[in-house]
Amino acid sequence: MTASATAHPEGPSAFPQAAALSFREATKVYDPAAEPAVDRLSLEVPAGEICVLVGPSGSGKTTAMRLVNRMIELTSGDILLDGVSVREREPAELRRHIGYAIQQIGLFPHRTVAENIATVPRLLGWPEDRIRARVEELLAIIDLDPEEMRHRYPAQLSGGQRQRVGVARAIAADPPLLLMDEPFGAIDPITRERLQNEFLRLQREIRKTVVFVTHDIDEAIKMGDRIAVLRAGGVLAQYAPPEQLLLAPADDFVADFVGADRGLKRLALERVRDVRLWHAPAVRAGAPAAAARDELERAEVGYALLVDDAGRPRGWLAPADLGGDAVPAGPGSPVLLIDRADTVRDALSRLLQEEVAYGVVVDDDGVLDGVLSIELIEDFLRAEGRRAAEAPVR
Amino acid sequence: MTAILAQAEGFFRDRGTGDGSCVERNGFCPSWIADNLDRYVGRPLLEHVELVVVSVTAGFAIAFALALLARRRRWLAAPIGQVTAVLYTIPSIAAFFLLLPFTGRGFLTAVIALTAYTLVILFRNIMTGLDNVPAEARDAGLGMGLTPRQLLWRVELPLAVPEIMAGLRIATTTTVGLATLAFFAGAGGLGETIYADLRFKSNVVMAGGVAVLLAVLADALLLGIQRLSTPWTRAVAR
Repeated sequence: MTASATAHPEGPSAFPQAAALSFREATKVYDPAAEPAVDRLSLEVPAGEICVLVGPSGSGKTTAMRLVNRMIELTSGDILLDGVSVREREPAELRRHIGYAIQQIGLFPHRTVAENIATVPRLLGWPEDRIRARVEELLAIIDLDPEEMRHRYPAQLSGGQRQRVGVARAIAADPPLLLMDEPFGAIDPITRERLQNEFLRLQREIRKTVVFVTHDIDEAIKMGDRIAVLRAGGVLAQYAPPEQLLLAPADDFVADFVGADRGLKRLALERVRDVRLWHAPAVRAGAPAAAARDELERAEVGYALLVDDAGRPRGWLAPADLGGDAVPAGPGSPVLLIDRADTVRDALSRLLQEEVAYGVVVDDDGVLDGVLSIELIEDFLRAEGRRAAEAPVR
Repeated sequence: MTAILAQAEGFFRDRGTGDGSCVERNGFCPSWIADNLDRYVGRPLLEHVELVVVSVTAGFAIAFALALLARRRRWLAAPIGQVTAVLYTIPSIAAFFLLLPFTGRGFLTAVIALTAYTLVILFRNIMTGLDNVPAEARDAGLGMGLTPRQLLWRVELPLAVPEIMAGLRIATTTTVGLATLAFFAGAGGLGETIYADLRFKSNVVMAGGVAVLLAVLADALLLGIQRLSTPWTRAVAR
C-alpha cells in the first residue's frame, strides 16, 4: 500500500468524519429460557478508533457487531451511531453508510473486482465517473494494479488479494464506521500479518471508527486502540486499551484469556524509545583518553562507545583500550544496533539471539541514543507493573 | 384414436409423384424428399416451434413465480415440487383427452399439457440455483445495504443462471420431443407429419429428423446464451 495514494481530502472521495459509536445496555436474546447472546453491553467507541471485540466462541462478539448494522435486531437497549439510534434508521439505508467486511469476504463471484468495489457507491447513486475514479483510487490503495485487476473475477484472485478487495469494497463509499468480522481470519499467517500491517497503515490515513471482531488475543492487541473482552453469555469482562488489559486484567477470566505470557505481549506494544536508556560515554578517535577514562568511571556501562564524526556508533572500547594518551581509531568490538522505533520485544529477542549484554540504540539517522540491556527491560516491566497497580481500572 | 389417425392420414394420402418404385416400396427416397421438403420444413415445423416456444416460455414464467413464492414461504417448496412431479407423470395423450371437455381440441390444449410437463424441471432447477448461491455473498450483500429485492435480482438470480439455463435446456429438448404428440390434441406440428404416413420410411425419417435437429439447435442456442451471460463461470484462477 502506498501511503501517498491514500488520503486525498480534495480528491474524488473526501473522507467524511468518523462517527462515535455507543452501545447502551445492548442486549440480544434468542431464547428467553437460555442465557442472552449479548447481555447489557455498554461501551463507547470514540470516533476514529479501532475497538476490538474479542472473546471465546459463544461470547457473542459477532452478534454484538451485527447488532450495529441491524443484521441482527436488538432485543433491548440501544446502539447510537453519531448520537442517533440505529433503531431509527432503515436497515438498508443504515448499512450503506457502514462498511462491512467478513471473514468469508463474500465477494460476488459474478462481478468483476471493479464492480464488486463499486457495490455501495452504486447503491448510493454516485455518478459513473465518480465511481470509476474511486475504484481506481481504492485499487491503488490496496496495491493492486488497476489495469490488470479491474476486470478480473474473484475466482482469479489469490486469497490475500480477495481479502484486500473485500476491505476496499467495505470502505468504498467512505463510511464513517467500519465493521470487520475476523477479516484476516481465513488466510495464512504470513499474509495475515502483512494485511494487518497494511490495514493499520491505511487506518492511520482514513481514521475510520472500526469495530473489529476476532477470537485471537494477539490480533486484538495488535489491531485495537481499545479491546472489549467478552465472556460466555455476551457479558463484557473488560474494556480497556491493550496496555491496560495486559498490565491490569480485571479478573481471572481476562488474565487467563490474555495468557500467561502477557508480560511478553506487553513488550510487543512498547517501543525502545519509551525505555529510559543507559548512558555510555561516547568517544571520538584521537580525543584525549584521560577524559574518556574519567567519564567511564561515572557511567552506568563499563565500556566506552567509539563514534564517528556524525555520532554514529562504530565499536565498543574496553577500559584497557583507553590506556594511552588518545582514544584509538578502533576497531573496537562489534556493536548490536537497535532502532529506537523497534518494539522492546524485538530488541530483547535480538539481545538474546546475539548473546550480548548491551544493545546500542540509535535514532533514524543512526546516531547514538543510549544503551539497552536485559536488566533495563526487567526494570521497565517492574515499573510498568507498579504503575498499573495504581491506575484506575476501566 | 383411430378416428384421429384416420383424419391425419388424409393429410398425406397423396405422396405426389416420385420415382415410383422407391416410393411404392415405402423406402428412403432422397429424390422424393428433395421434391417434398416443404412438407417438413414448412407449416408443420413452424407449428412445432410455436408449440415449444409458447409452452417453455409459459412454463418458465410459472415455475419462476412458484420458485419465488417457495423462497418466501419455505414450507411451500416441498408440496410445489410434489405437485409438479405428479403432473409430469401423467401420460401426455391422456392429458390431452382429460383437457378435451374444458379446452376442446387445438393449440391451447396441447400448450397446457406441454407447459405442465416443463414445470418440474424448471422449478427444481431454479430452486437449486438459488439455493446454491454462496451464503457469504448473500450476507455481504445484505450487510452492504442491498434490499432483499436487489439481492434477488442483482446477486441471487445472476448466480443461479447456470442451473436455470441447464433446466431450460432440458425442458426445451424434452418439449420438442413431446410436442410430436400434440397432433393428438389437434395442434399440428411435426407429429402430424410423422403419423400421417407411418409406413413410409422417407416420411418418418424426415419428420423425425427435423424434430431432432430442432432439439439440437434449440439446445445449442440456449447454451450460447448461457455462456454469453455467465462469463464469470469460465474465469479460472491464474
